[in-house]
Amino acid sequence: MVKTLLKHVKEFKKDSLMTPMFMVLEVLMETLVPFLMASMIDNGVEVGNQEYIFKLAAVMVVLAVIGLWAGIMGGKHGAKASTGFARNLREAMYNNIQTFSFSNIDKFSTAGLVTRLTTDVTNIQNSYQMILRMCVRAPINLICAMIMAFIINAKVASIYLVAVVVLACFLGLIIKFAMKHFKQVFKKYDDLNASVQENITAQRVVKAFVREDYEIDRFHKASGNIYNMFVKAESILAFNSPIMQFTVYTCILLISWVGANMIVGGELTKGDLTSLLAYCMNILMSLMMLSMVFVMITMSIASGERICEVLNETPDIVNPEKPEYEVKDGSIRFENVTFRYNKNSERPVLDKINLEIKSGETIGIIGGTGSSKTSLINLISRLYDVSEGTVYVGGKDVREYDLETLRNKVAVVLQKNVLFSGTIMENLRWGDENATEEDCIRVCKQACADEFIQRMPDGYNTHIEQGGSNVSGGQKQRLCIARALLKNPKILILDDSTSAVDTATDAKIRNAFATQIPDTTKLIIAQRISSIQDADRIIVMENGCVDGFGTHEELLENNAIYREVYEAQTGGSGDFDENGGED
Amino acid sequence: MAQPQAMRGPAMGPGRRGPMGPVPKIENPGKILKRILGYVFKNYGFHCIIVFGCIIGSVLANVQGTLFTKTLIDDYISPMLMQEVPDFGPLLQAMGRVAGFYLLGIICNYTQARIMVNVTQGTMKNLRDDMFAHMSKLPIRYFDTNTHGDIMSIYTNDIDTLRQMISQSIPQMINSVITVTSVLVSMLSLSLPLTILNLAMSSITVVTARKVVGRSGKYFKVQQTALGALNGYIEEHMEGQKVVKVFCHEEKSMEEFKVLNDALYENAYNANKFANLMGPINAQLGNVTYVVIACVGSVLAINGIGGFTLGSLVSFLTFTKSFNMPLNQVAQQMNSIVMALAGGKRVFDLLDEEPEVDEGYVTLVPAKWENGELKEAEKRTGLWAWKHPHRSTGITEYVELKGDVVFDGVDFGYTDEKMVLHDIKMYAQPGQKLAFVGSTGAGKTTIMNLVNRFYDIQDGKIRYDGININKIKKADLRRSLGIVLQETHLFTATVMDNIRFGRLDATDEEVIAAAKLANADVFIRQLPDGYNTVLTGDGANLSQGQRQLLAIARAAVADPPVLILDEATSSIDTRTEKIVQDGMDRLMHGRTTFVIAHRLSTVKNSDCIMVLEQGRIIERGTHDELLEEKGKYYQLYTGNAIS
Repeated sequence: MVKTLLKHVKEFKKDSLMTPMFMVLEVLMETLVPFLMASMIDNGVEVGNQEYIFKLAAVMVVLAVIGLWAGIMGGKHGAKASTGFARNLREAMYNNIQTFSFSNIDKFSTAGLVTRLTTDVTNIQNSYQMILRMCVRAPINLICAMIMAFIINAKVASIYLVAVVVLACFLGLIIKFAMKHFKQVFKKYDDLNASVQENITAQRVVKAFVREDYEIDRFHKASGNIYNMFVKAESILAFNSPIMQFTVYTCILLISWVGANMIVGGELTKGDLTSLLAYCMNILMSLMMLSMVFVMITMSIASGERICEVLNETPDIVNPEKPEYEVKDGSIRFENVTFRYNKNSERPVLDKINLEIKSGETIGIIGGTGSSKTSLINLISRLYDVSEGTVYVGGKDVREYDLETLRNKVAVVLQKNVLFSGTIMENLRWGDENATEEDCIRVCKQACADEFIQRMPDGYNTHIEQGGSNVSGGQKQRLCIARALLKNPKILILDDSTSAVDTATDAKIRNAFATQIPDTTKLIIAQRISSIQDADRIIVMENGCVDGFGTHEELLENNAIYREVYEAQTGGSGDFDENGGED
Repeated sequence: MAQPQAMRGPAMGPGRRGPMGPVPKIENPGKILKRILGYVFKNYGFHCIIVFGCIIGSVLANVQGTLFTKTLIDDYISPMLMQEVPDFGPLLQAMGRVAGFYLLGIICNYTQARIMVNVTQGTMKNLRDDMFAHMSKLPIRYFDTNTHGDIMSIYTNDIDTLRQMISQSIPQMINSVITVTSVLVSMLSLSLPLTILNLAMSSITVVTARKVVGRSGKYFKVQQTALGALNGYIEEHMEGQKVVKVFCHEEKSMEEFKVLNDALYENAYNANKFANLMGPINAQLGNVTYVVIACVGSVLAINGIGGFTLGSLVSFLTFTKSFNMPLNQVAQQMNSIVMALAGGKRVFDLLDEEPEVDEGYVTLVPAKWENGELKEAEKRTGLWAWKHPHRSTGITEYVELKGDVVFDGVDFGYTDEKMVLHDIKMYAQPGQKLAFVGSTGAGKTTIMNLVNRFYDIQDGKIRYDGININKIKKADLRRSLGIVLQETHLFTATVMDNIRFGRLDATDEEVIAAAKLANADVFIRQLPDGYNTVLTGDGANLSQGQRQLLAIARAAVADPPVLILDEATSSIDTRTEKIVQDGMDRLMHGRTTFVIAHRLSTVKNSDCIMVLEQGRIIERGTHDELLEEKGKYYQLYTGNAIS
């Protein structure tokens, strides 16, 4: 994992190396100060050598300036390295996501991808900065202080060695126990927040059934539970500071006693003792810092792993080596096509499909939920690859085409469609960047979108909010159809794309298709029989198989499912109004 | 003492405001701080006092320790050097005393840390509970006008900043103030001129630090804006990733992302660069202070001015360190305190939000007939009555709950400026079915929001069994209404509990009966654990149709006399739709029903159809009557019949 992540440090390698180097320099300066202090007291103050004192003071000021410079530079490079690293990670992830096929995207949820690109990267950025600045600093500080202490007096310094080992053991134990509890408590904490989220979104239900008190009660119990778990976990951490103090104090007392004995015995000077006591704090503080860094790293490991999942994901669908850049016509042929979303699943989603559709035909597709209508059309523009068999478009295997060429010629209006924030015009031009205004208006007229766009205050320059929240469901669908039409496709696929459009408009759109783009092959998935009954031919899907394929009349005659659906809908349970459902 | 900050609490919670938050301007920070402290004190006053005592104790121990290192050389070691046979007795004695203080310090330290765990987590729990309880009492308007993400972020991010402040910043501030004061006193006892010098040097440090904090704060603000822009882009494009693929927009998307990403990097770099200045500046200026004091002090000591000795200098220098350290800590805490105050403000804003007012006094009680008179019953009888105490006469009247609803000249707007409903008049007799049709935005859902008083009307009257609904207690009013919303919300709980949400005291048998009525029983039994299957993530693994069936079952178990249905529009296949439809029909049987209709069969079977357009009822009547009228309804209906 670390290796995968570090690959993306790239141009910030220099900064990443500079940071610890400057940190080492800063630490060196800081360690020298107490050492010089001791010398100042012993050789300056005691013998009354004023000149020596000032000379040392000047040296120390110089050291402080160098230390300041090193500290600032270290901070600067650290900031650059960590924020740059975060930038590279985000970019690498984002670019990799762009190469994902549909099946790759399905593997990660939208929310999952967003978290990885935002919170997780921030976690890594903070840890990386911490590691660069502290992880080197703390051990160097520890080692320097230790060496200095040993230079002054090895016998006394060995007390530190023992203290460090003892303290390290204790801190390690605390972290180990606490982490175990924290892992559990964080999970519960997420659950608690999930229940708040649930209540916010479902507030209407809660109020409608007068369940406020019931929910409050449930929440109290859950939050009480969390409280207990947090207290348990943090109680362990509460030992951290006292244990550290205990070690420091013991050291001070021991050193005082041993030091006093040695001074009396003439083995140690007074100045030495002062310095030794000063190093005591240095050593133990760096140990404390190390434990902090360690905890932080442990906590960001999860983030790192999640990021790596995205970085290591390889796209399932890639361009062929010698791609075809020309789609001859809009004919489609399925030859023994079998498809599974998951290689290991037993039952295929599509089972040995054989179909032949001529260029320019209008094909309706109908079938119950889960009958694999969407899976069928997704194979045509190679959003997924077949498991067995072949799909031909324009007489060639779809796997021979350049992906961009294929997808521009096979326009799909997805069932779960999205508009992006920006003007209507900008959204339309997703279909063709260089489309003229006339082109845009023409396709909007075909999709019956022009009528409502004209009524909007800013017309085609009306700003669409994120997720298209300021247009109704039906309007959104019509804009999405127009956007796809702008591609000037050879094959147009509508995946239940007029479900929120009222029936009259729906008919008008289909009429426009028939008269204005007669050469384009049109595939229309719908729930409403009225949307497809005038198609050239209709496919009836059932359980991943083609149950019937023929004209409306033929199917009424000899297809039981089609007949049942037809009767159910004309018998008075059809849709009634323009049901955008957004009010 | 430094504590591992990262361990304290969930650093990885979701949220838009990153860990390196901005430094926003807050009005009246003192008031918010006072309120936060007051909140902590209200429940943990005693704990706080003990903690305060402990802080004093550990500072005292620390100071005693420092004093000991001073006296160590001058009072114990130096005299021993003069003696022929060194007498270690006094040293041992002094060490024993100091060891005692140390022990006290350690105990205080532990006590403080341990109690603070309870104080912090307890306060967090109380805050969460209060927020949740208060939130539940807020009117629907609050949820309609605030984004759910923003409300959520109060529970995660803002509470988190408060936790940081209560558990760390405040105790550390107290500790720092006490340490600084006590060190200052000790310094003064050693040398007045050196103390003044030290104070002067420290103020330079503080001023410099403040300048740097100000600069970095500015950059943090810019960074936050850049972060917001990038996150918005990420959210939008991850949501629409499949559309990006279909339109081969990958390259363009990468370019746009790169621009935003680079902008964030620039700003984050600057913000962090300045933030990182703090540490070295404080440390090195501290070192310079140390050196200056050492020089001046040594001059004083060598010349013996003011009885200043070498030992005094040594301990004064230790004090210099102990004086500068807390100052640095305070400077470093400043940022998180400002952030916590901003978070605290949002928390209190939520708690200060006006709850839903309920001046209703008419309540719903179980009833029974006695000698031709309606009387209040003690137990559930299946018969309900409105208990209406007339204020003027003092007589309590019982009115049978029938489900008679009348709208009389109702005007309504979500804001006073813009009315969305005009002069709505309608009546529904018990058991009648009223259907509302009309295009999106005509005001169908709004009418439903008024019946159950999610919103209050501006003008006109709504009567329920002859009683003005403003007089009815909201809880009782809503209890008498069953609602099936367009979107079904499910809770993380078993299927059984999700249905029982409709009526908490329903037995398992009643729940199952309701599920059967709603046609949900069949699919529930096919779930891995049947009725005990736990649903998670808003019932993520159920299909749309199944979710609707559960919503119907939920309304069925509540068994209300009046139903409000918002038919779902999501495309479910014809077979499932028929099952849902049958369930709905059975539920509607014998109840007054208001239905926002999308299905032809629902509309046809209604006793009265209201055609709404732009907030007005433009046509009303039965299916046949309206067809005859050849108006909007005719258009809608024949539009359907075109193909």
